Amino acid sequence: MSTTPLIATGLRHAYGNRPALAGIDLRIEPGDFVVITGASGSGKSTLLHALAGVIVPDAGSVRFGDVSVSGASEEARSALRRTRFGVLFQFGQLVEELTAVENVALPLLLGGMPRRTAEARAGEWLGRVGVAEVAGQVPGELSGGQAQRVALARALVSEADILFADEPTGALDSLAAEAVMDLLSELNADLGATIVLVTHEPRVAAYGRTEVHLRDGRIDTLSSYGQDDVIAQALR
Amino acid sequence: MSTGHVLLGLLSRGQQHGYDLKAGHDALFPSARPMAYGQVYAALTRLRDRGLIEEAAVERAGGPERTTYRLTPAGRDELEVWMSAAEHPPSEVNNPLATKLNVALVAGGPDEGALFLRRQRSAHTARMRDHTQTKRAADATLTQVLAADYALSHLDADVRWIDDALARLGEITREVTP
Ligand SMILES: Nc1ncnc2c1ncn2[C@@H]1O[C@H](COP(=O)(O)OP(=O)(O)OP(=O)(O)O)[C@@H](O)[C@H]1O
Ligand SMILES: [Mg+2]
Repeated sequence: MSTTPLIATGLRHAYGNRPALAGIDLRIEPGDFVVITGASGSGKSTLLHALAGVIVPDAGSVRFGDVSVSGASEEARSALRRTRFGVLFQFGQLVEELTAVENVALPLLLGGMPRRTAEARAGEWLGRVGVAEVAGQVPGELSGGQAQRVALARALVSEADILFADEPTGALDSLAAEAVMDLLSELNADLGATIVLVTHEPRVAAYGRTEVHLRDGRIDTLSSYGQDDVIAQALR
Repeated sequence: MSTGHVLLGLLSRGQQHGYDLKAGHDALFPSARPMAYGQVYAALTRLRDRGLIEEAAVERAGGPERTTYRLTPAGRDELEVWMSAAEHPPSEVNNPLATKLNVALVAGGPDEGALFLRRQRSAHTARMRDHTQTKRAADATLTQVLAADYALSHLDADVRWIDDALARLGEITREVTP
């Protein structure tokens, strides 16, 4: 497990003249389980992408230890995403020409792992997310929920320090969603993986330890369920 | 939930006395309040008076005498009818959050309403987290998991309602404060 916090300062981002992030300061401690919630369009995906180095924000910085995520080159950011960060996009983004197991093995192959080892490891992760049976199918032959879990396996396969997951249960029924959330909770509790997860479902958010609730590109409420008795505070 | 029907259901396993029925009830509903003996005997008397159960035997093994009961054919019919009938889905759901929101809007305005909704949201999400932990505990029974799921579904509906209300606070304020 990593001991490095991820620190975002003064994040602002707009698409054209439409602001998506309007000044966000956030510190994510190693080993935390952070959920980002908020209405549709409140900036959840944009924030996740900025934190994970998928986009470079217009202003502000994201630092991971002594690495400037937001200041790094495109190559440096994709290397970071291959090694330290695992990213699951809201809309899967599997490679259509590759089978499920090849998709999951991809980050390992890009990291230089021999194909046979990489595909064996990929097969194990497909099993852990509950879709071992689709290993040989291409994305066009998968259901929405299967594709989502294949994409999750691909984000997990590198056993990165931080998993960034955008709506990982959006296409799943409640039992499949529960299985995925149990798996993420185990990775967090047992392996100390830091998890940053976007969801619009309160039941999914209830797995988190810290909740960042966004409203119009700003943090509306930041709540942490540690020792603090949040109910007592709220009822005060 | 009707205590009588629960007892009829337990008696469908075979003849039992009050103590067995209490233990059977408590095992079937581990998160409910344990059934008091007085409640068991009162319900048994009512069922017997209605002819749904009858005395099967009186045991006197050393201690006080204990009566065991069994279902009558009428009791079995009653159980069948009850089990197969759908419960009435509520046509109106009482929403104490809406009551408090409207009062907050009238007495304090939109800022007061928003403050209440945010606090309520935190309280709800913290409770949801408790239920999530309960159901993830290694020793949770499936009954406990399903009970937690039921509570979570209801709290989830409340949180979605809170978010909708927050998003439309201006409109609601205009409607309730003419
Ligand atoms: N690629 C883009 N081009 C233009 N505008 C964008 C783009 N991506 C996002 N936006 C806008 O930025 C704002 C924030 O979008 P974002 O995708 O971060 O929201 P979100 O909270 O993830 O929403 P959802 O719950 O619907 O996924 C929205 O107003 C959206 O329309
Ligand atoms: Mg999004």
